[in-house]
Amino acid sequence: MNISIQKFVRDKEPQRYIREYEIPDNSTLLSALQHIKAIDDPTLTFGAGCRSGICGACSVRVNGREELACSYMPKHGDHIEPLKYHGIKRDLMVDKSRAKQTLKTSTAWLHQSQKATITTKDEKLTELQSDCILCSSCYSACPVFAVNPDFLGPFALTRIYRYTADPREGDIKSSIDAIQSDGVWDCTLCGECTAVCPQGIDPKMDITMLRGTSSQYGYMDPNFGNMNFGFDPNAGF
Amino acid sequence: MVDILIVGSGAAALTAALTAKARGASVLVLGKQEPTNSQTSMAQGGINSVLNLERDSVAKHIEDTIKSSRNLSDKAMIERMCHDAPKVIEWLESIGVPFSRCESGAIAQRQLGGAREKRACYSQDYTGLKILHTLYDNILKEDIEYLEDHYLLNLVVDDGVAKGAIVIDISTGETKQIDAKATIIATGGYGSIYHGYTTNAFGSTGDGVAAVLRAGGEISDMEFVQFHPTALKSSSILISESARGEGGYLLNTKGERFVDELLPRDVVARAIYEQISSGEEVFLDIRHLGREKLMELLPQEVHLCKLHEDIDPITQLIPIKPVAHYSMGGIDVDRSLEVRGIQGCFAVGECSNAKVHGANRLGGNSLLEIVSFGRLAGESAYHYAKNRDIPKASDTQLEKDKIHIAEIFNRSNRVNFYEKREGIGKLFYESVGIVRTETALKDALSQLRNIIEELPYIGVGDKSRLYNRNLIELLEFENTLELGEVIVLSAIGRRESRGAHYRDDFKEQRDEEFALHTLCKRVDGEITIGFERSYI
Ligand SMILES: Cc1cc2nc3c(=O)[nH]c(=O)nc-3n(C[C@H](O)[C@H](O)[C@H](O)COP(=O)(O)OP(=O)(O)OC[C@H]3O[C@@H](n4cnc5c(N)ncnc54)[C@H](O)[C@@H]3O)c2cc1C
Ligand code: SF4
Ligand code: SF4
Ligand code: FES
Repeated sequence: MNISIQKFVRDKEPQRYIREYEIPDNSTLLSALQHIKAIDDPTLTFGAGCRSGICGACSVRVNGREELACSYMPKHGDHIEPLKYHGIKRDLMVDKSRAKQTLKTSTAWLHQSQKATITTKDEKLTELQSDCILCSSCYSACPVFAVNPDFLGPFALTRIYRYTADPREGDIKSSIDAIQSDGVWDCTLCGECTAVCPQGIDPKMDITMLRGTSSQYGYMDPNFGNMNFGFDPNAGF
Repeated sequence: MVDILIVGSGAAALTAALTAKARGASVLVLGKQEPTNSQTSMAQGGINSVLNLERDSVAKHIEDTIKSSRNLSDKAMIERMCHDAPKVIEWLESIGVPFSRCESGAIAQRQLGGAREKRACYSQDYTGLKILHTLYDNILKEDIEYLEDHYLLNLVVDDGVAKGAIVIDISTGETKQIDAKATIIATGGYGSIYHGYTTNAFGSTGDGVAAVLRAGGEISDMEFVQFHPTALKSSSILISESARGEGGYLLNTKGERFVDELLPRDVVARAIYEQISSGEEVFLDIRHLGREKLMELLPQEVHLCKLHEDIDPITQLIPIKPVAHYSMGGIDVDRSLEVRGIQGCFAVGECSNAKVHGANRLGGNSLLEIVSFGRLAGESAYHYAKNRDIPKASDTQLEKDKIHIAEIFNRSNRVNFYEKREGIGKLFYESVGIVRTETALKDALSQLRNIIEELPYIGVGDKSRLYNRNLIELLEFENTLELGEVIVLSAIGRRESRGAHYRDDFKEQRDEEFALHTLCKRVDGEITIGFERSYI
């Protein structure tokens, strides 16, 4: 069967073009890419590591939708492109440094570690959120980046939620302060991130929860003041 | 010049970085990928530490580890690691690792093979992932500089003293020198030499081990490669030991059980290998556990079987084979983790041989080693670099490496190395694998040397300098060839069977002759192999 791949390299003309490749049946997309690189096109460049959906290195878009190459079975005619809203390093490999900068800007870590008893119930509260593999699929799927490249985005906010909901965090306020501008209120709660996450994480829900916590710390939806009706349907709680 | 250069970004590297930074050293971390892509993310089972003194003791942890090492370890290092374990867990807990809990709120523990008690702390099936990501969050918090897409080519060593490293910036193709007072290598194992027959991530090609060998340092016990009994037959993806722990059976084509599934990894792996060699297929059967239990306990496994083998383990048998899983051997280090033969260079994690695993690693001891000794490496390098003036190195090594890279671009591309990589993987699996004989080893050596001879004709098809993964993969392949030779020579020299090294022509463990570490270094370019006593 055949698939087409968007190629990109900075030092050649044309920089960007689409090429078709023949691939074997019954192999994951990642194996197919390796097959192509080994026998057909040694220049094909893509991320790879664990082969088992855990290292987050191989995310791409297939027919416009984010997938992990190692967890996707290609179909004839599939079109493979790099993630959106990331700089392209080469072909399917993207530069995640801007996306990962959101973790730093949002201060996604324990600010003030305190000793605490953690029950199985506490643990369950953030179990799913801490399954994140930083594949950046959600970032690529989030429509807010089309209008606001500084948005903190889904995975960073999920990680903030994971730490604020941890009984070991003795300073929730610092995290909440850090996610007010270009943060929780900029999300449209469209759920695209949730739909593409390979780990079944629900950043939209985490953002909703963070809006609640933000209100407890005295923050308000900045859009709220601009509206002339008293209820913001996007506030989500 | 930075105080400490750290190469790699698995849990060993990140722990060392956090430790050295906390001491006040200036630290630069670099790696060939992004930090969270590291193989550490793949560890599922757990990290060993005695926490409950009512049912377990540090003495037992030490005994279990020594027993599994088969008299090929340094007791002092094992004691250090096991005593440190509770502090390691306490530290991980304090920086935010989300460990699974018991009803009481205590950290939950499970039993892994070879341990007499429930001793492995875990975060569901994601122990490595959650430790690695929490470390990464702390690297960001502490504002530690990280260079991604930087590939370690060689160490810079003047008169036996480390002065930094030569790296390729993959984004531009530039070969450059990074000066440092102390260097820590944490580049992971060399399981990828068994390409196609390993659970390891791509890129576990022993780059750091090979760099030390080239720089005049010593490497040891390279013949000890652990094979995991149960990987998926066609993709070599790990099916965790917990599948057997929960009551899974091993069956052959006739539907017979042929081994006690809970015996140590090397014994089970051999039993499976013998079945396969005699023409049987081997399956893992977990059907009797039932849908509900499987979805609760092993959801990742069920998913991976469907995806990679197109079978549903709830109703079908899982075809498996044993594959290379862990490198016990590696860079030879002293008790402060300084590399033997290179002053100011330290090695930690799977790339090193700190002699805590010996001939057979226990599940859960590797994650422990990388964090416990990651902290030790950070301390040692800090003390070494503190108040030390290191004159800047000459650019001899840099020039040499630039020429090497230019030479690779000029090579004809007559031989496709991807095919050779495939071939070496199979050759090593069959002849330098679970069961070894002198005849097969010698044959493998000559085939390997033939490929090394061909290297001048093995080039790159991709001639761009920007993000050239083709070039990096060739360099990785060259490293596996270099280390492959050492593995085979070491395996030929060890005329006995011990743990993961099993010789069909010398089936007994021969302590009077071979309770010794295999040491290897290059003298005038030639590989020399020797033996040295074990400090058990
Ligand atoms: C599937 C699987 C399951 C496992 N489960 C467990 C378990 O449950 N418990 C346990 O204790 N152990 C387990 N292990 C073993 C354990 O995960 C590894 O031994 C450990 O994570 C190694 O960590 P490390 O930091 O030494 O190296 P790695 O995590 O392998 O990191 C190596 C780093 O070095 C970088 N690097 C390599 N070469 C270069 C170069 N040339 N230039 C620049 N950077 C380079 C890599 O990019 C990477 O960042 C498992 C291993 C596998 C494969
Ligand atoms: S729910 Fe919010 S974060 Fe998620 S994709 Fe939509 S706008 Fe982006
Ligand atoms: S939240 Fe999901 S999609 Fe987003 S980076 Fe994490 S694992 Fe990937
Ligand atoms: S290769 Fe690691 S997630 Fe796909």
